[in-house]
Amino acid sequence: MDAIILQILNGLDKGSAYALIALGLTLIFGTLGVVNFAHGALFMIGAFCAVTISRLLTLSHTVLDETRTDFLGKPLKVDVPYIYEIFGETAGNTIIDWSVPISILFAIPIMILIGVIMERGLIRHFYKRPHADQILVTFGLAIVLQEVIKYFYGANPIPTPAPEAFKGSFDFGAMLGLEASGIIYPYWRLVYFAFSAIIIGAVFAFLQFTTFGMVVRAGMADRETVGLLGINIDKRFTIMFGLAAAVAGLAGVMYTPINSPNYHMGMDFLVLSFVVVVVGGMGSLSGAVLAGFLLGILESFASMTVVLEALPGINQIIIYLVAIIVLLTRPRGLMGKAGVMEE
Amino acid sequence: MSKFELTRRGLIKSSAVVGAGLAMPTLIINSANAYTNEPKGGSVTLGFNVPQSGPYADEGADELRAYKLAVEHLNGGGDGGMMNTFSSKMLKGNGILGKKVEYVTGDTQTKADAARASAKSMIEKDGAVMITGGSSSGVAVAVQALCQEAGIIFMAGLTHSNDTTGKDKKANGFRHFFNSYMSGAALAPVLGKAYGKDRKAYHLTADYNWGYTTEEAVKSSTEAMGWETVNSVKTPLTQTDFSSYIAPVLQSGADVLVLNHYGGNMVNSLTNAVQFGLRDKQVNGKQFEIVVPLYSRLMARGAGENVKGIYGSTNWHWSLADEGSKAFVKSFGEKYGFPPSQAAHTVYCQTMLYADAAERAGTFNPCGIAEALEGFEFDGLGNGKTLYRAEDHQCFKDVLVVKGKENPTSEFDVLEVVEVTPVDQVTYAPDHPQMRDANGNAVAVGTCNPGA
Repeated sequence: MDAIILQILNGLDKGSAYALIALGLTLIFGTLGVVNFAHGALFMIGAFCAVTISRLLTLSHTVLDETRTDFLGKPLKVDVPYIYEIFGETAGNTIIDWSVPISILFAIPIMILIGVIMERGLIRHFYKRPHADQILVTFGLAIVLQEVIKYFYGANPIPTPAPEAFKGSFDFGAMLGLEASGIIYPYWRLVYFAFSAIIIGAVFAFLQFTTFGMVVRAGMADRETVGLLGINIDKRFTIMFGLAAAVAGLAGVMYTPINSPNYHMGMDFLVLSFVVVVVGGMGSLSGAVLAGFLLGILESFASMTVVLEALPGINQIIIYLVAIIVLLTRPRGLMGKAGVMEE
Repeated sequence: MSKFELTRRGLIKSSAVVGAGLAMPTLIINSANAYTNEPKGGSVTLGFNVPQSGPYADEGADELRAYKLAVEHLNGGGDGGMMNTFSSKMLKGNGILGKKVEYVTGDTQTKADAARASAKSMIEKDGAVMITGGSSSGVAVAVQALCQEAGIIFMAGLTHSNDTTGKDKKANGFRHFFNSYMSGAALAPVLGKAYGKDRKAYHLTADYNWGYTTEEAVKSSTEAMGWETVNSVKTPLTQTDFSSYIAPVLQSGADVLVLNHYGGNMVNSLTNAVQFGLRDKQVNGKQFEIVVPLYSRLMARGAGENVKGIYGSTNWHWSLADEGSKAFVKSFGEKYGFPPSQAAHTVYCQTMLYADAAERAGTFNPCGIAEALEGFEFDGLGNGKTLYRAEDHQCFKDVLVVKGKENPTSEFDVLEVVEVTPVDQVTYAPDHPQMRDANGNAVAVGTCNPGA
């Protein structure tokens, strides 16, 4: 029982990341009709926003400590962050400790800007081209972005810890009245799940309840008619691209304490996110979210010991197996509509 | 617009030209060389095959720094580094056999096919007389086999799988780095002392060659002292989030988790295990512990604070106080501003050992060099007395058991040496069961191939 609850939690947590990335992918596909293979790179850039902010906050000058020596026997160079001089050591440490949540504030405008530049600068030239061209150009862009990040930050993972208050884990078992320390779950993963739920809710609310959202939805349904009504739909779609980039970026920022970010983390998620989009149904936002959580949970269950003993290797193929079954039984995905990518 | 016309006469003419062109270089090599890429001029070319892109690029960069330092020292530049402490005094700073040392580099990308292609290109196009480097056992085994066929010496870089000098050993290949068996043999007594002899271990193992040999080595050496292995689970090499593999550990009744992971796998699985509160847990009335059999400083940095207090093993560490290590740390540190990694150390040693063997053999002929390295005993290269064993071309030397440091003074100061395991404790017979092939047969090292 404990094991099942734990794997459901794990699945929801993994599913959050899949759902957030797939949501952005679907937004872009639904509005602009572009299959964006650079979306994983946006997730990765979001994570490196957090790395950059934490580096900026810990920007230091070196002070020689004569009492200690370094590896060559010279006086030890100690890094003292500039932030200590502005806020004092205690407040400075607290700010550094909270660098990941602080990064969210900076990541939103940066990611929207990157998204808009990407759309205006490159992707808009490919709207009239076949999907294969779009896939090639966005995949190429993903590799370029990846190499740029590697050039500046190196190939190794960079630890970016959660604030002290969210380190450690939470005893679910005791809370539910079960045996103490039976179900233990890390705080930050719970935060990640809650954060994703809020972002997903916000995106849906934005599309459902604002005029802007209404116009965008109308444009997704019939771009030509909306244009004939005198609405500049292209501008709104560009903003949607920025928004989708921000969603992927925020997913990346919040992911950094879970696993140390590295330059190829986007690629690790990209393929899975595409499977999520296809299983959910091309162009269906709720399908993307549903499929994200579903595949996350299935993946977690497939790596349980009892399951692995019965079906060795199932953990490596489960997602693709489910994708095949769904596509055979429901060729448009779980919630796909007719007419998408079917011209 | 010109039209390309194929005529019989034209075809014969051009075929003859192309044919002669193709045949010529081969003819020259065959008639004049005693062995592949025999250096004729005043210089000799070494091929440094390291990951310059891909996930281990930082490790490859550190290897390349050490190679450049070694070349500088061999050619008489710098402070000479470990040439001053090396027990063999053949190297004089005038190159190798009087020839100036030059080098070419290749990018392995940590992919066996890419590594073979770059090694092949350095041998065929650049005339490299020796290939060295790498940061993975898959690459080492593949490139070693290529060098054996080509008649080139291969001085392995960072490769820890038993197979490199076990079932896949080759007469032209030599490994300075330690292996899975030695990690297990060195770790078990230290773990027994620290955590007791009555422990239940759970293994998570990367699903590839190195993972298997490491799991087997750690399992057999810990079981021999009384530990029980409750489960071992293979994790896909591409796995990034290990949460669904960590969760079952909590329910298994195990009180030790062994992470047979390297690189990004190790950084993530260790981070996830610590996040799940494993290290704060009490199981079977004991503190839950985590073990990482193979540590690398570059990886330990990626895992940040999570490595604190966690045991593992390493080939070499810059804090060692012997004369060789001190000399190497000094010349590397002064040139680059930070201490060298174990990968840097091992490739520097390999270059020096190759150069010294060529001097002692009086030739670059792979068979002469192999003979000079087989059974060669030396000291002063940082691990104490070392033997290059003739039977399998594996180095035997002391192994370091390390622990994540509680109070690091810099980003390079993440590990501390807790024990130097003497070489006798990690020595095994060449036909040890862990070194045999899939059918349980012992594999011989074979005969050297000079090529040409």
